[in-house]
Amino acid sequence: MRRLLQPDGSLVEGGCSRLGPEQLVEALRWMLLSRLVDARATALQRQGRFGTHSPVKGQEASVVGSAMALDPAVDWIAPSYRELPALVRHGYPLERILGRSMGRSPAATRIPDGVNVLPNQVALATQLQHAVGLAWGLRLQGRPGVVMAYFGEGAASEGDSHEAMNLAGVRRAPVVFLLMNNQWAISTSREVQSAGQFFRRAEGYGFAGVQVDGNDLLAVFEAATDAVARARAGEGPTLIECVTYRLSFHNTTDNPRRYLPPGWLERAECEDPIPRLEAHLAWLGLWDQGARAALEAEVAEEVEAAVQAALAMPPSRPEDLFDQVYALPPERVRRQRQELLQHVQEP
Amino acid sequence: MAERNIVEAIRDGLAFEMERDPRVLVLGLDVGRLGGVFRATEGLLERFGPDRVVDMPLAEGAIVGSSVGLALSGLVPVAEIQFLGFTHQAFQQIGPQLARYRARSYGRFGCQVTIRAPSGGGVRTPEFHPDSIEAQFVQTPGIKVACPATPADARGLLLSAIRDPDPVLFVEPQRLYRQGREEVPEGDVVVPFGRLRVARPGTDVTLVAWSAAVELCLRAAERLAGEGISAEVLDLRTLVPLDVEGLTAAVARTGRAVVVQEAPLSAGFGAEVAATLQEECFFSLDAPVARVAAWDVPYPAASLEGWYLPTVRRVVGAARRTVSV
Repeated sequence: MRRLLQPDGSLVEGGCSRLGPEQLVEALRWMLLSRLVDARATALQRQGRFGTHSPVKGQEASVVGSAMALDPAVDWIAPSYRELPALVRHGYPLERILGRSMGRSPAATRIPDGVNVLPNQVALATQLQHAVGLAWGLRLQGRPGVVMAYFGEGAASEGDSHEAMNLAGVRRAPVVFLLMNNQWAISTSREVQSAGQFFRRAEGYGFAGVQVDGNDLLAVFEAATDAVARARAGEGPTLIECVTYRLSFHNTTDNPRRYLPPGWLERAECEDPIPRLEAHLAWLGLWDQGARAALEAEVAEEVEAAVQAALAMPPSRPEDLFDQVYALPPERVRRQRQELLQHVQEP
Repeated sequence: MAERNIVEAIRDGLAFEMERDPRVLVLGLDVGRLGGVFRATEGLLERFGPDRVVDMPLAEGAIVGSSVGLALSGLVPVAEIQFLGFTHQAFQQIGPQLARYRARSYGRFGCQVTIRAPSGGGVRTPEFHPDSIEAQFVQTPGIKVACPATPADARGLLLSAIRDPDPVLFVEPQRLYRQGREEVPEGDVVVPFGRLRVARPGTDVTLVAWSAAVELCLRAAERLAGEGISAEVLDLRTLVPLDVEGLTAAVARTGRAVVVQEAPLSAGFGAEVAATLQEECFFSLDAPVARVAAWDVPYPAASLEGWYLPTVRRVVGAARRTVSV
């Protein structure tokens, strides 16, 4: 397993970081923002003001480190549902993402035109097939983009995961499969998903597979930039397994105390990627309490502004049910829309 | 105009669209070098090259799922699933993904994808090859379902399907692929979705069908004519969109209807037709709407399919009973 950053913030012997001071702070900023959104969204959910939330907590280095290898102008993200900071960095405004979970207008919260992000995907691993088709299509048209597709070690058991990686190898599609091995698919542990190592599957598909410490921002970024460079150069896909830990629940409906072994969470928390990156910044002499407080305040302000902007968005309307199902709706569906609107207007 | 059977009409339609629109590409199992197991894509590889006529790994989910992605990239995929029964192994990519992509992204992304798939029985195919499961896709809003029954419709509806900005499941009647030729227009002649066709005019009873069952109904109508019963045959052409107006107007004229489908009876599209008729033209009906369908059992081995599928005798019997009410 590739690792560059020691838990104490120093580099491993011979290790070399590809991120300069500004990028390191940018990464930490995204990670703190993500952690804060998790807390805020969970609190709002408990108040009945937010839909189901799946926290990124614990996986921030994997999500942010991989996303930072992408150029939002040309590259694409095919997300699962636990990649919020990657989407925001790629241009999907935070207030829209929050607004969507807060039941605001789908028109106001949709992915903006020109932002290369696919919709969240909860039908696990189906997005990998779309990512491969998209990457293959970009290559056929001589366009420069690379597609980063996110999935978990649970989704890796789905047939679509196999089909997609197999096809990607055959077509040498410019796609990066970012397998987030967070050890848990709700209550199902990693051992129940597979008897083998996830990253080794790549060999069977004819492309490179690497395993990195997913709590090490530098290692994730290194693996992701290498994979993106290979894809861009026409050298095909890469499977990156980020070994990380889900430090929160699966989502706001879940209670991990029912299944986490005693002491698991406490041990996993020692690997928290945020303190590790902060220790690295301190080790580089770039970090102190003042700098942290300033960054935290800045991020808190941004998250609060996004929450307020989301609350100010128009609500959903009944016609939203119908308006983007078809480009050319059948007559029968048009009539049903009329029927609903009449029904809603009746006293 | 040239005389063509259904396979030739589809092949000609594919070539016409690929010539007209450089974004169109064909992908599926054996569609390249072999030209498809039914030869519907014969000659396309030589003409348009391997980037536009693509032999895929044997994975229906990947054929449909990558078509979604190809469409997201701006291309217009026409995927061939070797038999409609094989869409069972791609269902998660058709109903929940392809059909819903526009809705899920609230219009940010549409999927201009056509899935072609031969369907239907009576040609002694192995298991799963003849399954008529088109109604399953009517239950997944967002995708349109076209079911041509003639060479001219096969070409004209295919052109409409490929050009439709919404995804389309294009069900081809494999039993009729090479059964008879007719004049098929060669140029840019589309058959629009949502307008049924009167396959044979009549005044006493209306036989409603789609896909290969239209041909069955025509044979039944011929038999009924010999008994002095004038049966009209309607070819729905597309299940989504359904031509509700054309259907109810036609059935209101005769006051009697028999719906014929190759799929099992329960919750088939025939049930939708019957329910629509009683909702829309109940007071014009002189008899209950009858259904002739396959039985509610799995599609059987070839040696049994003659007892499984609707027959001319059963359609004629249902029409006689309907007319005698």
